[in-house]
Amino acid sequence: MAAQPEPAGSGERSSNTPKTIIGAVVRFAGDSGDGMQVTGDQFTTTAAVLGNDLATFPDFPAEIRAPAGTLYGVSGFQINFASKDVFTPGDRPDVLVAMNPAALKTNLPDLVPGGLLVVNADAFSPQNLKKAGYEKSPLEGSELEGYQVLSVDITKHTVNAVKPTGLSVKEANRCKNFWTLGLMYWIYNRPLELTLEWLQKKYAKRPDVVEANSLALKAGHAFGETVELGYQRYEVPAAPVTKGKYRNIAGNTATSWGLVAAAQLSGLEVVLGSYPITPASTILHELSKHKHLGVTTIQAEDEIAAACIAIGASYAGGIGVCTTSGPGMALKMEAIGLAISVELPLVIVNIQRAGPSTGMPTKTEQADLLQAVYGRNSEAPLCVIAASTPGDCFHMAIEAVRLATKFMTPVVLLTDGYLANGAEPWLIPKVEDLPKIDVNFRKEAEGFHPFLRDPETLARNWAIPGTPGLRHRIGGIEKDHDSGHISYDPQNHERMSQVRATKIANIAKFVPEQKIGLGDDHGKLLVLGWGSTYGAIREAVRNCRDRGLSVSHAHLNYLFPFPRNLGDVLSRFDRVLIPEMNMGQLVKLIRSEYLIPAESYPKIQGQPFRIEELEDRIRKTLEN
Amino acid sequence: MSQVIDQKKLTRKDFSTDQDVRWCPGCGDYSILANVQRVMPEVGVMPDNMVWVSGIGCAARFPYYMDTYGFHTIHGRAPAFVTGIKATNPELNVWLASGDGDSLSIGGNHLLHCLRRNLDVRILLFNNRIYGLTKGQYSPTSEVGKVTASTPVGSADQPVDPCSFALGCNGTFVARSIDVEAKHLAGVLKRASEHRGTAFVEIYQNCNVFNDGAFKSFTDKDNKLDNQLRVENGQPLLYGKDNRRGLRLDPKTLALETVTIGENGVTEADLLVHDESNGVIASLLVRMPRPTFPVAIGVLFRTERTTYDESLRQQKQAVVDRAGANDLEALLNSGNTWEV
Repeated sequence: MAAQPEPAGSGERSSNTPKTIIGAVVRFAGDSGDGMQVTGDQFTTTAAVLGNDLATFPDFPAEIRAPAGTLYGVSGFQINFASKDVFTPGDRPDVLVAMNPAALKTNLPDLVPGGLLVVNADAFSPQNLKKAGYEKSPLEGSELEGYQVLSVDITKHTVNAVKPTGLSVKEANRCKNFWTLGLMYWIYNRPLELTLEWLQKKYAKRPDVVEANSLALKAGHAFGETVELGYQRYEVPAAPVTKGKYRNIAGNTATSWGLVAAAQLSGLEVVLGSYPITPASTILHELSKHKHLGVTTIQAEDEIAAACIAIGASYAGGIGVCTTSGPGMALKMEAIGLAISVELPLVIVNIQRAGPSTGMPTKTEQADLLQAVYGRNSEAPLCVIAASTPGDCFHMAIEAVRLATKFMTPVVLLTDGYLANGAEPWLIPKVEDLPKIDVNFRKEAEGFHPFLRDPETLARNWAIPGTPGLRHRIGGIEKDHDSGHISYDPQNHERMSQVRATKIANIAKFVPEQKIGLGDDHGKLLVLGWGSTYGAIREAVRNCRDRGLSVSHAHLNYLFPFPRNLGDVLSRFDRVLIPEMNMGQLVKLIRSEYLIPAESYPKIQGQPFRIEELEDRIRKTLEN
Repeated sequence: MSQVIDQKKLTRKDFSTDQDVRWCPGCGDYSILANVQRVMPEVGVMPDNMVWVSGIGCAARFPYYMDTYGFHTIHGRAPAFVTGIKATNPELNVWLASGDGDSLSIGGNHLLHCLRRNLDVRILLFNNRIYGLTKGQYSPTSEVGKVTASTPVGSADQPVDPCSFALGCNGTFVARSIDVEAKHLAGVLKRASEHRGTAFVEIYQNCNVFNDGAFKSFTDKDNKLDNQLRVENGQPLLYGKDNRRGLRLDPKTLALETVTIGENGVTEADLLVHDESNGVIASLLVRMPRPTFPVAIGVLFRTERTTYDESLRQQKQAVVDRAGANDLEALLNSGNTWEV
């Protein structure tokens, strides 16, 4: 939870000496064309380099080019930066920048009471007000009472500032996001240099654009400085973070790089079959850039083909990967069943989105857990794991490949739209510290048949086409356990079904035991989560513990099978509360596996949990 | 399970498994299997480097009988599996056995994309114009009005012609043959094996249980010569018992017509000459209406185009040449970074 700026007294003109606070949440909101993502990225980079811990989340419209000024064309970017650990992009902004009436209308309900509202007054034209559904300008009524309102003619100021460059009014107008950024830098006492350098690099071929945006940035900053605004300035010092080299990383980038790393660590080619789908497509884009790093990407003709391409790749000795979201996952299920039956490695990354059907593609959800665990015909077990933070996606992608190749099985890696697009500073790992992935293809012809198994892992041997003397046939028809030939024998089918189930259950022996992430290993209440709820649950539990409540937090990365000690961990608590962005899916699995009355806290709004909601629920649970 | 084989002495036996062949007695698939196994030693590929892939259906059983690597996958998707196999190991010699339902109904999409990409694979489409394994429903190549278990008053769908489809998808090798024409089939298979890219071969195959005699009008001994046009590259399009019937192009309508040499002043010089590289001729040949015209068999079209797997390889090489290979450290440290 970031500290809120104190409302600056209207009568009191401050000395403009920045006041030190622990942290703040800032949201930039404007029209799709207002450059809010770039503004947010720049603010983020500067905060990161100053040593703040931070988390960010962009919120862009589903429409590619939404009509200007409309409510559904509003694009937002939120950053939570602080001098302490930060786990989420923040519940509510302390500062809201609204570049037009539509941005104000859609974002104002989130602004904390007494928060600072910066608006571009120039954009509040009758036409824009009408598009946003305002009958009269909110800048004139009483609606904004209770906030500190900084209403500035940003467009006019920007156009004046960039006049010396001779840019057209239209082009000059496009610099207003940098003017606004300059003003925000003034409020948070941040240097302009990093953004000025970035402009130089980014627009090296357009010196006029560099100059115009630089002028706008400086002018916004000078505006704060010279107009002697009666608003408090703030200072957010550096956070005590682990020493090392950092970068900012979004979940989908981390997933992509984890897959690249897996190619390097295993020495095998990662072959991605993928069909574009929101919010997974950026993984396809990212991996397509790294053909020189052991990655082949194929944009398949459909979701089914994408899975089949990946399985074909694994059959031929590569690491077959497909990246998708819920509706695509549904289409892949028959093919995944084949990979289970023929026991080939396969990694399926499902970036979950809100559903069912098309649902809300740009919104987040965790409702594909049961689909991943159970969503196939017949008894078709596979391994399901999940990432908890954007940076964690890197390590879990490597883990997915390790498990898939070690156990000759499909592995589903669940992330979601919130992790995919959210970003956090990431301590860049050293390649030599990453775990090697050992892969041994069968070479020995003596005594070979395709379903010979490793006695420890029960994985069948991986014999790839082109290997002398190992010719064999595999397929989706049931196989004899002792020769791999087609078999309709009833006892054999039961035996093979059990072997496939046992193989997956045994994975629990090869993954880490479940740890309590925060708090005691016993007590009144354990909050058990999985996936992208990590940050919100952790902060909520931390806040509750700070107030003396008996509550702990455990977060699952391994969902099928569960870590081998999970039953023991759960048994040490009087009660278990499971918050999930679904109608209660993990809670079903936990109840059926451990026969405990775990309690569900579902949220299904396409939005992540707020820390305050979780705190409230924890408090109420402990009161009952 | 598999024996180590001396390439110089490859025989039909080296490509035959010990599995019982489970097609219905009298099925055309037996003849196709026998011809494939007979041709394989001439292909010049060791069985260890050959993969047979299939989807679902009677034809899809094929890999179990070939002593090569084999992958019996799911319905209609075999071309997608082959795409993954070839993208991973382009050295493998891959064949795909499929049927009219597998390739043109549930798998039409994948066949389309395989053909347009020109993936390096030989696709044998056994066309029996019926669903066999699901017990006798009409297929996308069945004639209109086909009475089957699922269409008791006759099917309403227009059939698709597999070779027309393949040409429309920019296939680079389109050929046709018949299960019972052993020598002709062997010749076409050999030609397919030599092609780099997607070699599409439609094989008319009699399903003696659910659609017996579907191709009788041009396969019966008595009338086949008058109804089969065996195309040969560079040769005039001649057919008939005494080889005096032929095809002539009407330059006014751009349509084919059947003529007889010696009648109405027609000489061999008037006939259209087959040119494998000519897509227009191929399009005319595959769309000839029956029974006015004969059925064209042989290599109908062939051209050369870079294969998909080769394109992938070239792109990769170009990136490696530019960026250097395998620097994960550089990737992780790229872009904006900072030290704490």
